[in-house]
Amino acid sequence: MESVLGRYRNLTILVGVLFLQVLGLAVQVKRSVDAEHTRLIRIWAVDAITPLERILVWTQNSTNNVWHNYFFLRGVRAENRQLKEQIQQMRLEQVRLNEDAAQARRLQSLLAFKEQVVMKTVPAQVIGSSGSDLSRSIYIDKGSNQGIAPDMPVITSGGIVGKVLRTYPSTSLVLMINDQSSGVGVLLEKSRLQGVLRGTPEGELVLERVMSDEQVTPGETVLSSGGDQIFPKGFPVGTVMKVSPGKELFLNIKVHPAADLSRLEEVLVLTEKQEREVVAESGGKVRAADILAQRLPSVPDKPATVAGAPVAAAGKLAGTAAAGSIPSAKPGPNGGTKPAAVAGTGTKSAERPALRLAPASTTAESPVVKSSDSDASNGRVPSDGTNRATSSTTKTPEKPAAVPSNPSTPQASPQPAAENNPN
Amino acid sequence: MPITYTSGEQIEVYRFSIPVTVGVPLLALFLQAFLPRRIFSIFDLPLLVTIFFGMARRNPISGLFTGAAIGLAQDMLGPYPIGIYGIAKTVVGYLASSLGAKLDVENAGARLLITVAFYLVHQAVFFTVARGMVNLTLNWSWSHGILSGLANGIVGMVLYFVLDKFKQRT
Repeated sequence: MESVLGRYRNLTILVGVLFLQVLGLAVQVKRSVDAEHTRLIRIWAVDAITPLERILVWTQNSTNNVWHNYFFLRGVRAENRQLKEQIQQMRLEQVRLNEDAAQARRLQSLLAFKEQVVMKTVPAQVIGSSGSDLSRSIYIDKGSNQGIAPDMPVITSGGIVGKVLRTYPSTSLVLMINDQSSGVGVLLEKSRLQGVLRGTPEGELVLERVMSDEQVTPGETVLSSGGDQIFPKGFPVGTVMKVSPGKELFLNIKVHPAADLSRLEEVLVLTEKQEREVVAESGGKVRAADILAQRLPSVPDKPATVAGAPVAAAGKLAGTAAAGSIPSAKPGPNGGTKPAAVAGTGTKSAERPALRLAPASTTAESPVVKSSDSDASNGRVPSDGTNRATSSTTKTPEKPAAVPSNPSTPQASPQPAAENNPN
Repeated sequence: MPITYTSGEQIEVYRFSIPVTVGVPLLALFLQAFLPRRIFSIFDLPLLVTIFFGMARRNPISGLFTGAAIGLAQDMLGPYPIGIYGIAKTVVGYLASSLGAKLDVENAGARLLITVAFYLVHQAVFFTVARGMVNLTLNWSWSHGILSGLANGIVGMVLYFVLDKFKQRT
């Protein structure tokens, strides 16, 4: 026996060393909380490497700062002027987006949606990577001391970067979305198709689980769906680069990441997000089904009578405004906006009052035209969110004339008209 | 003739000073973690160092322990369970030193071929362990594997040339 071991000494030691490592792996896999059992060893390794990386990153940044902030200031004036102009444009854009957001919140509340709001972020600097070709992970210079915890999303201004995998006192390991073991729940912006985004051995991103009979076009934006319970919904993840038939019944969709994952320097860690149910600003109840019904397109009705023609035209105007895009919303009298659809001026419903009201009183046409044109296109509704019949007869522009069309207000719609309603 | 079969007496065995033995693997690990991913991600400097030390020392036991130490250190910095790289580099360290004991691998062409071959062996062991034991969802790409192997072979030739300067004859 001894002679055999002596003869194959090298091989025996090799088998022994391999066996020990396999045993160690098996223990980690069996307990499946790898981070807990190997934490101390990892801390030692990270503590040995990261201080040096910090020093180098700091030196590199300091040199860059000195160069860029003190010596290389060519073109700063022109850039400053350009940035000021950009700020002006962005302010205008911000106003519009605020209105859109307010409108979206109201619509979400109507549909009882819950939204995740990013409450707090911690900026961090990338100081290194995992040091292996097959894993895509980075180290950042913030850890549990700064409130970082595992599974927190990591983003940049461009888009999603990854999630925190492990935390140490002053550093954290971030698993990037292009790692093979990573998976992000995503959806396509236009088609709203959902899928899972995974990394490839080459560090590319592939969207999986999209059936081959679906239409996906290159250039389409990929957003986080929130389905993975890690990344908040709606964050940009990337754009569709190439679509080709994949294995089985699924498409092979290559995605270009929104964030430049190979040139990361600074990132943000979302340390706090809150899931809240949106509360409508207006107190009135409007059914989501009504909103959807109003937004559905329909064939415009032909003018029934000569007298009714202007009214029908008013209805069309209102319908067009309501069926238009969200950005058509403008500030309401209370500073906020009301969704265009809530104004009850969807294509179908907008034309109903015109046809109904026309025979009743042609004198009412003027306010109808006026209010439909102004209010409906502005997406306004009364501040209490309810639709009042009286508003159609008043000549104040804040009271939408098309309001009586809303099916949720029976007092506004005479019964015969409701019976004639094909919808 | 890139690889020549040589008798044990003809092959020179080298050793290295302690600073080189400790410092070079640490530097490789550090550079691997610090250098920009965009350019350097396909290189596996710790693997190249393992191969170099294995081939130069020509002692399978020291080769496998060098590989195990470097691999485990790499594991500690990565996101996967500790031991995957350890096992892969232990095997490579053992094979490199065994091969070094039998063949003259001083030639640049031979080194290129051997590095590419060992890179593929390393990846094969890594994937076997990662998928078979740890159940990681990793996909093998032949194109990526071969290109990375060639890239590592070319970098390896330069690196071995530099590291040759630290060799000490026994």
